[in-house]
Amino acid sequence: MARAFRWAGHRPAYTAAVGAAALVLSVAACGGDGGGNSGGSAKNFTFLAINENTTIPTTLTTLSKSACADENKTQPLVIKKQAQGSLDQQLQLLAGQGALPQAFIAANAPALTQQLFDNGSVLDLGNAVKSAGLEENILPAAGSTIEALYDGKQLVLPSELNIEGIWYNKKLLQDNGIAVPTTWEQLVAAFAKLQAAGVQPISNAGKGGDGWGVTRWVGNYIVREQGPDALKKVADGDAKLTDAAYAKGAQAISDLGKKGYFGKSPTSIDYATALNTFATGKAAFIYMGSWALSAFNDPKQTTIGAENIGFLKFPTVSGGTGTADQVSANVGTAIAISKKAYDGDKNTQAWVECIVENYGNVALRDSSQITGFKTDGSVEVPALTKQIQDEISNIQDSVLWFEAYFPAKATTVSQNSGGQLGSGQLSGEKFMQTVSANLS
Amino acid sequence: MHSVLGDRRSIAILLGPALLVYSLVMLLPMLWSLGYTFFTGSVISGFSYAGTANFEKLFNDPALPSSLWFTVKYAAAITLGQVFVGYALALLYVFFLRKAGSVVRTLVFFPVVLPTVAVGLLFQKFFEFAPQTGPVNSMLETFGFEAVDWFGTPGKAFFVIAVMDIWRSMGFYAILLYTGLLDIPDDVMEAAAIDGASTWRLIRSIIVPLSLPVLVSSLVFSINGTLKAFDSIYALTGGGPGNATTPLTLYMYQTSFAYGDYGYGATIALTLTVLCLLVTAFIFRATRRAPEQG
Repeated sequence: MARAFRWAGHRPAYTAAVGAAALVLSVAACGGDGGGNSGGSAKNFTFLAINENTTIPTTLTTLSKSACADENKTQPLVIKKQAQGSLDQQLQLLAGQGALPQAFIAANAPALTQQLFDNGSVLDLGNAVKSAGLEENILPAAGSTIEALYDGKQLVLPSELNIEGIWYNKKLLQDNGIAVPTTWEQLVAAFAKLQAAGVQPISNAGKGGDGWGVTRWVGNYIVREQGPDALKKVADGDAKLTDAAYAKGAQAISDLGKKGYFGKSPTSIDYATALNTFATGKAAFIYMGSWALSAFNDPKQTTIGAENIGFLKFPTVSGGTGTADQVSANVGTAIAISKKAYDGDKNTQAWVECIVENYGNVALRDSSQITGFKTDGSVEVPALTKQIQDEISNIQDSVLWFEAYFPAKATTVSQNSGGQLGSGQLSGEKFMQTVSANLS
Repeated sequence: MHSVLGDRRSIAILLGPALLVYSLVMLLPMLWSLGYTFFTGSVISGFSYAGTANFEKLFNDPALPSSLWFTVKYAAAITLGQVFVGYALALLYVFFLRKAGSVVRTLVFFPVVLPTVAVGLLFQKFFEFAPQTGPVNSMLETFGFEAVDWFGTPGKAFFVIAVMDIWRSMGFYAILLYTGLLDIPDDVMEAAAIDGASTWRLIRSIIVPLSLPVLVSSLVFSINGTLKAFDSIYALTGGGPGNATTPLTLYMYQTSFAYGDYGYGATIALTLTVLCLLVTAFIFRATRRAPEQG
């Protein structure tokens, strides 16, 4: 009682302390500057970009000065950057604090974007675009690819529409008397011939999370051998990555690594170095998506010249049920919108609508980037870009990449192990065991 | 003074604010983290009570043994390296470099103040194998050896991490142990020298026993620091190749923040805390007997 009485005697000081604590907590709670809208309009239109992608920030900046100048006046564009490797954790932290910026690069693992949607952090863009009467601006191919990724919903804006495949250096193949391979066996024979001639056959990264450059080979081999729904079967629990048929796919890539086809040390090579190795003529093949067109069409980056680059759909595997027409397609580095920031903020809504209407033309004109947005046909594109545009328009059947159905943990583990697989240090069986153990 | 320290209210006034701040920034988060071990989920999906599921997962996690083994191996190797090299340097300062000591001390201490990420990038370049050959591999090739893919295999990556972390921190332990050596009375040393004690005998019978308290402190600092190592390994290898150089700290970080599994991340953190406590208790217990045994 005496203690209680003593506290009562110090009530002003006690009240002040509680007040100060409440003030600190409330300030901390409002600490995010991500553009979340808690009534009224946000000051800026904030976009969280990744260091590895310069096309999207460049295009948005161009838009802010041209077609979206009015929107930029009311809500100036602010671009923040984040390393791709830590994007997922940054998004989780921001979402946890309710501080997601208005627009951001969608998570590396589609499962995370889906999770963000489920908890109300990410906007259903399909509905938003439809409500604004702009659904014509999203190409059907992009829409269906997004829906395949996100359980029938369009949760991202298709700032890219990519096909993936194997790009090759025409001159290196010609100099070594190699015809463009159409089967896996021909491709491996080409690797052997190039290796014997002292040319690095494949350039793909395997350093840390950039190991996806190697794991894409695994996914494609499996899909060619087991059919287009092979990886979906794993996601549905109808097959396991450790099944012999699946481990065989990983082993085929490990065998390439053992022979040194991925170069001296894929575990030391990051994405930029891998691209540079191919673009400067130091390797004959690279597995890459059409997002690399902006680099290939840039003579400063691609010294071998865009006209010297050919595109090859992943070849068939003998006895396999998959065909070369089943092209790996994706919407690459896509943009997601914060639901909290969008709802009730007319300025943010205007910005998003402006992007949907104008992004496609600007990205194609300035960066040779094929997007999932409609273009008005006024942009003249380089020959290589035109070829890929035609390939995309001819797609009948698309497949997803190796990790598309994996949760974030298995995606990270798979991509971190890609380098060791590409150097032949990991057997196919061990690789699949490691990834499989992290699927649940 | 006695009246002040004997008064409970005075003690409360003097200690209260510090205790409150400590409780808020240290104890509360620790207890909070402990609470998370009984939950599953994340800030996005929400949390649900999981009972002892996280502890069961811990015992069945195939990635945990390699992570735990790397942590222990790293802590043992780096602690030995840091304290041994630091002690050797401290002896060098005291007995051989009395005049030029300050210059050498400054030079050796310099890496301690460098940002960890910068040191990590520096060593990446030093030991580079591809696409360029780093200075270390160039030197090997000059002497007729083959270049080594340092970051391509677990054992070699561990070696580079050990070299980097010992180089980075030996200056700190050298200074710490140097101050301990300075406390040894000169007359004791002189008396031993007059009695004809050799250098080795001086070190074994006088210097080591008299500097044992600061040696023990260094060991405790080092072992706890190395068990919690994160930034240097993350900057140098990112935990790779694969997960071969992933310590518990990095595994906990990935689990909590990259994979969004806060409950299991907290359970890994608890494992690390228990490991730190056990090792510290072991060192204190082992060294408490040493002076009595003479």
